[in-house]
Formats: sequence, structure tokens, C-alpha cells
Amino acid sequence: MWSFSGIANNIHTWLGEHFNATWTMIIEMVIAGVAVIGLFALLGLVLVIMERKVSAWMQIRLGPNRVGPKGIFQSLADTLKLLVKEGMTPDGADKLLFNVAPFIAMIVAMLLLAPIAFASNFQLWDLNIGVLYVSAVSSIMVISILMAGWASNNKYSLMGAMRSGAQIVSYELSAGLSVLAVVVMCGSLQMSEIIESQRNGWWIFKGHIPMLIAFITFIIAVTAETNRAPFDLAEAESELTAGFHTEYSGMKFALFFLAEYVNVFIVCAIGATLFLGGWMPLHIGNWEGFNHAMDYIPSSLWFFGKTFFLIFVIMWFRWTFPRLRIDQLLNLEWKYLLPISMINLLVVTAMAILGWHF
Amino acid sequence: MFVIKYIKEVWTAVRSLLKGMKRTLYYFTHHKEIITQQYPDNRDTLVLPERFKGEVVMPHDENNEHRCTGCQACELACPNGTIKVIFKNDLTPEGKKKKAIDKLVYHLELCTMCNLCIEACPSDAIKMAQTFEHSVFDRNQLTKILNKPGSKIMEGVE
Repeated sequence: MWSFSGIANNIHTWLGEHFNATWTMIIEMVIAGVAVIGLFALLGLVLVIMERKVSAWMQIRLGPNRVGPKGIFQSLADTLKLLVKEGMTPDGADKLLFNVAPFIAMIVAMLLLAPIAFASNFQLWDLNIGVLYVSAVSSIMVISILMAGWASNNKYSLMGAMRSGAQIVSYELSAGLSVLAVVVMCGSLQMSEIIESQRNGWWIFKGHIPMLIAFITFIIAVTAETNRAPFDLAEAESELTAGFHTEYSGMKFALFFLAEYVNVFIVCAIGATLFLGGWMPLHIGNWEGFNHAMDYIPSSLWFFGKTFFLIFVIMWFRWTFPRLRIDQLLNLEWKYLLPISMINLLVVTAMAILGWHF
Repeated sequence: MFVIKYIKEVWTAVRSLLKGMKRTLYYFTHHKEIITQQYPDNRDTLVLPERFKGEVVMPHDENNEHRCTGCQACELACPNGTIKVIFKNDLTPEGKKKKAIDKLVYHLELCTMCNLCIEACPSDAIKMAQTFEHSVFDRNQLTKILNKPGSKIMEGVE
């Protein structure tokens, strides 16, 4: 049957027949890099048009409907426009930091893609501390935002960057604690093992209510970490024009824009992997017939289906809730999410020790 | 006590957020609710809301008669001087002089469609029309004279 791992294996054997081991490795790395960049470009196009359509329908509007059938080429036209625009660097800006910041945002997004399993046996790097790696690397994101805000030499940018620093650093705590709930349950940090532990049911079902609470806190925390509404204080277009990317234009702005959407995809992919079983089809306990029928759906479809469902949920948040004030935002984290997820982690640990899960 | 209040707060917050999400999901799945008008495309079938206000007009009947007595109530009611009433003296059949309007000048370029003149009018002589394609190349064309040439006041309107 057609599958991502089959294609990867075919390429690997073909390269192994024609080149020696070193060259096979190098060519495979190049292919993986090109595939990642291609995925990013595709994700940017798909998620932007998805966001615009979802927002339009939620606000009783039509959305883009002129470019192509039902407006599906709108994001392509937008990208072309951004490509031909001039990428200006303001006079008073710190030139080096200003120009490097968008690339750091993109590099972080690329690094985060490494441990994600897109389909069964299809993963760039199955390192044994996958979850730790993700939570460590995702904190670098805040550096690119702070860099952009500081280097712009603009008070709006600086204010947006500072807010985003406070926000990302504090929300990382509850995101980490809710991720920890899954790690406690399955006893491994490796992505492939976490997925494998969900063969007889996804953690969100197996872990009863505490896992559901962990899932909800995770979704709220990653919405804040990716700087999306209702937590988009780093941009806050009504107060700070565009926050940290006020001074950016052209392709440098597009990179920030793309990095936001790719980050949304990545955190949703991680959420899907941890709580909804990644590429694992929906299995219910010992129902052999049902489980077997579900296995016929390709694993990549399961992964992308779950990920896009979570992306839809995050978009749903964005177009339903009004933006929080900075004090409300920090209140929500320190007074509500953090205590709740700490107690939740305690409960989950007790459950794991006593074996109170399926 | 504190814990109960805390849990209650979280519960009400989650409930109200879910209520909002339910509403947006309803709109997301019910495309018939979409209120966007595809304007230049549906120009022939465009349906405007009942209370839409485009410009002030003065209705005339088939005998070219209007209901305006020239009382200036609209001119006084207008907050930004959009309406000017210019008078002339008419002769009644008995030979007496009677005040009547010569021109009711309406500056569309100043009008904010606030509807105060229509509410001030004691004899329902003016009303709001639903036309809205007002763009012209010369702004003089926006200064309109509402009463038609040769029109006179309707019988019985004082």
C-alpha cells in the first residue's frame, strides 16, 4: 500500500545501490531539507487561506472569493505580492539583529519539525528525548521576537517584544506541565514510544478527566506561546500597530508571518502526538474488528487530520474570543492555569503509580 | 470557602467561553446566515434594509405638487447646514400674497444622513431615498434642488 515510509525506504535503497554510505547520507539530508522547506511553503499557503476562510465564516462573511475557484489562490497571490515588495531596514535600526531575527524565527520552526512523526516509521529524527527537545527549542522562539522588537528601534516594537517575552516565558510553564502529564503516563520522552503507548487507545481517552484537563491547559498554553489571539499581545494591532514586526516589510515580514503559522502547525502536531495518538489510528481496547477497520486509513491521513482539527480549534479560539489585557493574561497563567496544571500533574502521577488508567 | 469560589469562577469562565464558541461554530456551519452583499455583481437584485438612508428627496405627485410649506424646520434641524430654503411670494386666487418656497437647496456633499430633517418636517414633505451611488466627477452636481421646476404646494397643506 502507498505510504510515506515506503517511499522513504525506496529512496534509501535506490541511493544505497548507486552511492556509498556517506553520499547516501548527504543526499538524504538534502532531500529532507528540501522537503521541510517545501512543507513550510505549502503550510503557509494552506493555513493562511484556511484562516481567512474560517474567520470569514465565523464572522458571517464570505471571505476571499475572487482569486481562483472560491478564492483558494488568494494566499498565493498574497505571497507573490510580498515577494516583490522591498524589504526595508530602518535607519535607526540595529542592522544585523534586525535582519537576522526573522531567520531565527524560521530556524526555530525548522528545528522543531525534527522529532515529529508524520506517519508510521516516517520521522526525521527519533531522538530519545523528543519531548524535552521540543520544549527546550521552542523557548528560543522568544529570542527572535525580542531581537526583532529591540533592533527595530521603535517603541511599539519594543513594547510588543517585552510583552511577548513575559507571555511566552510564563505560558511555557503550564505547557510543560501538561506535556509532563503524558510523559508520566507512558514513561518515555521518545516520540515513537509515546505514540506506541497509545496503540490501545489515545491518552485523552485512557487518562480520564485529568488528561482532558491537561489537554485543555496544553491547548490554551500553546495558543499563548504562538502569540495568537486571544493572547496576541505581542502584535496587538489595535494598540501597537503590529507589535514586534511593525518595522518589517516584504519578505522579512513574510518570514515572521510564515513562522507564526508553521509554529501553529508544529504545536498542534505535538498536541496531536501527545494526546491524540499522532499517526496512530483510533483504537478502542480489544475491539479487534473495529481496530482492524481503522488501520485501513493511512497513518499520514490520521496525523494530518488530527493536526488540522487542532489547528481549527486554535483558529476557532482566535475568532471567538476578544484579546486579553496584559494583566489579565498573566493572571490567567499564574493564578489559574499553573495551579490547576500542578494539581493535575499530581493527580496524574498518582494515577500512573496506582495504575488507574486503561 | 476560597476553593469553592475559585472552582466556581473557573466553571463560569469555561461555560461562558464555550457559549461563545458554540455561537461561532453555528455561524461557521450555517452559511445561509452570511450577510455579505456581493455588490457590483448583484446590483440588479440588491435588497437594501428598510431603514437604509441614502439621500433626502422631496416626493411630488402626478400634478407636480409637493407638500413643502417652507416652514424652515428642516433647515433649523440640520446640524451642519445641509438644507437652505429660498422663498418667493406666491399669489393666492384671492389676490393675497402668500409665502412659498422658490428652491429647497440640498447639499448632498455635507449631509450625514442623520434623519433629523425628516423628523423635524411637520408636513412630511421630505423623506429619505435608498439611492446610494452618488459619485460624480464635479462636486457642483452634489448640490441639488429638491423641488422640481414649476412645482407648487399641494392643496390643503398648510
